[in-house]
Amino acid sequence: MSEQEWPLYEVFIRSRGGLSHRHAGSLHAADDQMALNNARDTYTRRSEGVSLWVVRSDRIVASDPAETSAFFSPAEDKIYRHPTFYDIPDGVENL
Amino acid sequence: MYTQGLDQAEKDESKNEHQETPEQLAAFQARIDAEEKIEAKDWMPEAYRRTLIRQISQHAHSEIIGMQPEGNWLTRAPSLKRKAILLAKVQDEAGHGLYLYSAAETLGVTRDQMVADLLSGKAKYSSIFNYPTLTWADIGAIGWLVDGAAIMNQIPLCRCSYGPYARAMVRVCKEESFHQRQGFEIMLTLCRGNDEQRAMAQDALNRFWWPSLMMFGPNDTESRHSAQSMAWKIKRFSNDELRQKFVDVTVQQADFLGLKVPDEKLEFDKESGHYRFSEIDWQEFFDVVAGNGPCNKQRMQKRRKAHEDGAWVRAAASAYANKMAAKAAA
Repeated sequence: MSEQEWPLYEVFIRSRGGLSHRHAGSLHAADDQMALNNARDTYTRRSEGVSLWVVRSDRIVASDPAETSAFFSPAEDKIYRHPTFYDIPDGVENL
Repeated sequence: MYTQGLDQAEKDESKNEHQETPEQLAAFQARIDAEEKIEAKDWMPEAYRRTLIRQISQHAHSEIIGMQPEGNWLTRAPSLKRKAILLAKVQDEAGHGLYLYSAAETLGVTRDQMVADLLSGKAKYSSIFNYPTLTWADIGAIGWLVDGAAIMNQIPLCRCSYGPYARAMVRVCKEESFHQRQGFEIMLTLCRGNDEQRAMAQDALNRFWWPSLMMFGPNDTESRHSAQSMAWKIKRFSNDELRQKFVDVTVQQADFLGLKVPDEKLEFDKESGHYRFSEIDWQEFFDVVAGNGPCNKQRMQKRRKAHEDGAWVRAAASAYANKMAAKAAA
């Protein structure tokens, strides 16, 4: 095919005020404005959102799944970051 | 739905061309067995990737080709209300195709490649869309039976081991139930109408019943490749299990409509709690899959024409985007 494939965009939807945007899927578009319009028609046909973000997929920087355990290991041995680490005697209230 | 692709052989499935070690394969299967979801960038066996690409793209193609039989009645819907509903439904089918193409792309195949495979005839789509929609009642029958069969197939796919496919199916299933209900409502309206309208509804059921049962694919005994898909938890129920489920619920709905399922041998088996039905005409199924159904040629011609007619629009949009980018850079 001689035509150049349009870039891929990732679509994020805020389903209602107060919630954060959440990944919904992806689509192809020639430019940013078309990506927004296509995202509306593809992912919010039943009023699923009050706000849309689209971002070119090649602009996303992601962690490597093959390195997941090494990448996240610094957090694993720090159980003292959780409130359940601490023993509080019975009778102590509001803590 | 449209998961008939699951039963086709993966040509080099048995060969291990990708130097996958037994340890890698075992670790992967362990993740599947633990009901972990596999995500796009995770390691996966090549055969798993290829099976999914084939199934998801075939599913997407089915949604896109599936717009045609219904599109046939857009300009002839009996009222403005029916027309608006049908338009929304056909638009949903396009949306489903797009969700699914996106899910397939996460596996490393390009959209252009998938479109090219559809247009060249290399990729298949569900056999059901090669049947014509001759009357308005066919639109009812498609919603009720074809989308009904699709839902049976798609609900288990929401739990498929491949995350992007499962998530796309959740979205599709939510929308699909409107499709089935609108189809049943068309049938109900006709069945509550005059003799001619009831006859039209019966005729549509007669023509769509067997092709709908074929949508579940070959019998389990003939469907050797589903075992691997089951082990990978791409597929959760066998073809015959899903088909039986569909028959059990649909026969009761036909009774409610006062319509007769076109199967002389159909009877309720009290012991098992299931309806027993006749053997499917598999020759017809294989003929349609091989390209010799009533509408195969027409469907492909129309799809190719739509793609070619849209070429200038795609070119214009790209040219505009390039021009605006150049302007912004200057």
